[in-house]
Amino acid sequence: MPDSALKSRATKASAVVWAALVVFTVASFVLGGEHLIEPSPLAAAVVIGIAVVKIRLVGLHFMELRHAPIALRLVFEAYCVGLIVSLMAIYVMV
Amino acid sequence: MTAEVEAPPQLAAPKGHVPGEPGLWVFLLGDMVVFGIFFGTILVLRGQEPEMFVASAETLHLEWGVANTIVLLTSSLFVVIGLHLARVRHHRAPMFFLAAVACGLVFAGVKAIEYTSLVRDGHTASVNDFYMYYFMFTGIHLGHVVLGMGALLVAMRISRPTLTGSPRVASLEGVASFWHLVDLLWIMLFATLYLVR
Repeated sequence: MPDSALKSRATKASAVVWAALVVFTVASFVLGGEHLIEPSPLAAAVVIGIAVVKIRLVGLHFMELRHAPIALRLVFEAYCVGLIVSLMAIYVMV
Repeated sequence: MTAEVEAPPQLAAPKGHVPGEPGLWVFLLGDMVVFGIFFGTILVLRGQEPEMFVASAETLHLEWGVANTIVLLTSSLFVVIGLHLARVRHHRAPMFFLAAVACGLVFAGVKAIEYTSLVRDGHTASVNDFYMYYFMFTGIHLGHVVLGMGALLVAMRISRPTLTGSPRVASLEGVASFWHLVDLLWIMLFATLYLVR
């Protein structure tokens, strides 16, 4: 079995997505947890926004939904949009 | 006369492919919606009692939360590579599923330390609504982690090259999708419980 499978483009692309997810995690830790910006709707929006971007990356790349039938992909995209809109609305309005 | 040549196995899923059994997605999406309600509940609580929420959230161990997020992301990468390798019947596929199980154990271990530390400091579920929701929602998530580790052990077994055929790949995709769901749910739990103030 060729060991090239371990160094394939698909594997490398997954590693790049993983690296982006780690960078986003550290960024939200610095922004949210370390109070680089004062607790505010803006800070919360950034933290929730980063989390939704991460969720979308996991869904599209790790769960392979970018290759899924359009209906399944749209349901997932709708979930991401619904999540960001409803969580922001709750944060601001409640 | 044309000879029929079997297409070489692909590392990545082809276009228009549902990962795993289609029925599984009803469960996965349903679970995502239920957790969506959990995320909303946490933010409603923050809005109703912001001082209690912020004071309680600050007693959580943020660094451990970050570490556990990275551990789960890494486990997801191992599962992705394991699935890629299983598709081409590579002998190292089971090793990557095992590595993901190891990450799951680290996550559960860190969570156990975190729970113990909180309880020792008197931050139990009965103190206020924040801790009640914290223990309840992270506990339900931890249940998913344990279930996922069991599924990954099955994946380890069926990803051995001698056994891997098309139906087995569908099962592996199902396990992989469930594990990624566990990762995905933690991402927002971490944001709403640990980071949002």
